Amino acid sequence: MSTTSKIPLKDGVEGFVSDWSSDQRAFKGVPWGKAMMWIFLLSDTFIFSIFLISYMTARWSTVEPWPNTSEVFSLTVNGVSVPLLLIAIMTFILITSSGTMAMAVRSGYQKKRKQAGALLLLTAILGMSFVGMQMFEWSKLISEGIRPWENPFGARQFGSVFFMVTGFHGVHVSVGVLFLFLTSRKVFRGDYDTGRRGFFTWQKGRYEIIETLGLYWHFVDLVWVFIFAFFYLW
Amino acid sequence: MSESIIPESELEEVELYHAKSWWTEKVFTQDAKLIAIQYGLTAFAIGFVALVLSWFMRIQIAFPELSIISEGTYYQFITMHGMIMVVYLLTALFLGAFGNYMIPLMVGARDMVFPYLNMVSYWTYLVAVLVLFVSFFTPGGPTGAGWTLYPPQAILGGTPGQESGIILMLVSLCIFIVGFTMGGLNYVITILQARTRGMTLMRMPLTVWGIFTATVLALFAFPALFVSAVMMLFDKILLTSFFMPALVEFGENLTYGGGSPILFQHLFWFFGHPEVYIVALPAFGIVSDLISIHARKNIFGFRMMVWAIVGIGALSFIVWAHHMYVSGMNPYFGFFFATTTLIIAVPTALKVYNWILTLWKGNINLTIPMLFCLGFIVTFLNGGLTGLFLGNVIVDVPLSDTYFVVAHFHMVMGIAPVLVILGAIYHWFPLITGKMLHEGMGRFHFWVTFVGSYLIYFPMHYLGFIGVPRRYYEMGQTEALYTSSAADLNVFITLAALAVGFAQLVFIFNVFWSAKRGIIAEKNPWNATSLEWQTPEQPPIHGNFGKELPVVYRWAYDYSVPGAEDDYIPQDVPNEDVKLADGYSELGVEKT
Repeated sequence: MSTTSKIPLKDGVEGFVSDWSSDQRAFKGVPWGKAMMWIFLLSDTFIFSIFLISYMTARWSTVEPWPNTSEVFSLTVNGVSVPLLLIAIMTFILITSSGTMAMAVRSGYQKKRKQAGALLLLTAILGMSFVGMQMFEWSKLISEGIRPWENPFGARQFGSVFFMVTGFHGVHVSVGVLFLFLTSRKVFRGDYDTGRRGFFTWQKGRYEIIETLGLYWHFVDLVWVFIFAFFYLW
Repeated sequence: MSESIIPESELEEVELYHAKSWWTEKVFTQDAKLIAIQYGLTAFAIGFVALVLSWFMRIQIAFPELSIISEGTYYQFITMHGMIMVVYLLTALFLGAFGNYMIPLMVGARDMVFPYLNMVSYWTYLVAVLVLFVSFFTPGGPTGAGWTLYPPQAILGGTPGQESGIILMLVSLCIFIVGFTMGGLNYVITILQARTRGMTLMRMPLTVWGIFTATVLALFAFPALFVSAVMMLFDKILLTSFFMPALVEFGENLTYGGGSPILFQHLFWFFGHPEVYIVALPAFGIVSDLISIHARKNIFGFRMMVWAIVGIGALSFIVWAHHMYVSGMNPYFGFFFATTTLIIAVPTALKVYNWILTLWKGNINLTIPMLFCLGFIVTFLNGGLTGLFLGNVIVDVPLSDTYFVVAHFHMVMGIAPVLVILGAIYHWFPLITGKMLHEGMGRFHFWVTFVGSYLIYFPMHYLGFIGVPRRYYEMGQTEALYTSSAADLNVFITLAALAVGFAQLVFIFNVFWSAKRGIIAEKNPWNATSLEWQTPEQPPIHGNFGKELPVVYRWAYDYSVPGAEDDYIPQDVPNEDVKLADGYSELGVEKT
């Protein structure tokens, strides 16, 4: 597969345009699935940006005081209140899972079937433990009386926006975990070596799929970094 | 515009999905062309519902003494009419139907890149349509909040349909967006990554450019609607206060408090304005191709047309608040948004000039598609000019919420794109069905639709100037404020509207009658150059092209090339194979 153009590019804007609009593919060497995931993530970026902007507006427009986040999100360990303890662990786990995901992509391209499958499984388990801890945090906040429609610690928008945005992110993580499990199973079974067809799509998969899934997973991590900064540190 | 270098194929041939049963072949089909027809028929079906709603509204306004519908029903009909027409008809028709049919054929692909996702996209869209339609039969009926669904009134008591209609509307929009995203990713990646050999982006027909840019806009604009719909659902169901300030209703304090209603308006119009161009850009693209084909002349300023489409698309994201001049936002915002609004008129005007210059000295065939294109140019120009009035804050303030606004947006994003859709159907019907649409019925349809639309919307400008407010189900006591001509005009407009409605019935009959009994179309009846007409079979079969994918040697606008015997050279014909006219030694060079 040749990826070089035979006609030399012109200088300046004209060359830039003819490069982008070049024959057959705009992004040379990029598989369809990967290109699709990038565009989807751009669209999803808009969703999360708008969620965060709405959160800022809500925090602005409400007349009641915003609760003190280092108190609300603190855990009491042995009688000592430690602020942001749970979130620190959650963030650590999620970012670690990004690392294992990246390793899975590498093993996939090296066709190390079992290693890739195991790393995918590990990523999925880390993702699941993140969702588990989020459920623990939710139930803690709910037991303290915080609801989407009310909040004993201050502005009611705190509860609404917190449950909405972390919930939306949690759904993203859960969907990712589901696909990590499915892909890990396919890798272990050797689908990408034997060319076994997908149950729904009837298409043959390739190891590139791990990278596409990895893009999604890293994106979900990146979004969490923003949520962490805006919800827990602000 | 042709180069002799034929690039090597960068892509392997993809394996097509071959259906094994009637269900997977015809119903749950993965063939983009059939999905396009499914999209089109569904969109027209729900669009017809919206059309009928408008008849009821017009009869009510013209003859309030008949009391054909109640005031609550009027608001419900106005809401459903607007939302269906903008989102479920126009967006779905341009992107779902024309996008699916035209993109793979025009860029020389066998199918969309993700056929399975494409199928799921249609069925998700169908679910969205059904959820919306069901709201007509729920307790309280569909929502009557106006198509903009502004809170706080959209979810409060006193607004019709606040029991369940508003919930179904918001849920339906969310489903629609999910379904559209699946389709939209398909269109974008097919255009970017799956073109045939020789098909650079700058050789694509403008139809594809228009649909491409509109899809990108939609992928970035719909998130705003999605998020605001989710938040309003929470406000309604979970009693959160994202958009709801502290309110007193019937002397009782509501539980809401601290939210920002204007946030919804910003989010809605951040979606809403690009939405105008999601509808307009495919229309621009299609009309450019149709004019070029039926005037037998290359499009004037092709690269400019492409840049104008891209430029309009980019600018459309920074003009949204011109819908909000009277919302109470900071007036300095109005200044900024009025400026960007006037800037966006520049590439738009450029396109109009280029259409006219394409017609200039062209060999204009007054075929039915051409008639619709000419109708479009005039209507769009008209609607664009009233846009200049409404884009300026100081003129907009007295005109907003009057019939002037109704006339403006119906001209510019109602009638104009619909004329293009109709023209495009007359143009591509032979490709899709292999039959020609009936000529006589077609001409009747065009003239009644075109003239009738003017009779409907021209007087509305006048109504707006004398201050008749929109969304009133009857003028009632306010009638004393206007000259008696206002009431007479309303009767006149209603009669025109019913006539136009009747013409659409003729069109629907024509489509079904011609599909069955129409004259068999000859191959490539309009002598067009673009790839969709160069398929071995007409209508194209599964896989679109024969054994080999076509190779593209030229742009899509080689009409009336000096030296060529025919007045068109298809995109897949190399220079060597062009039949030369007498007296020419090669293309463009006369024998000496």
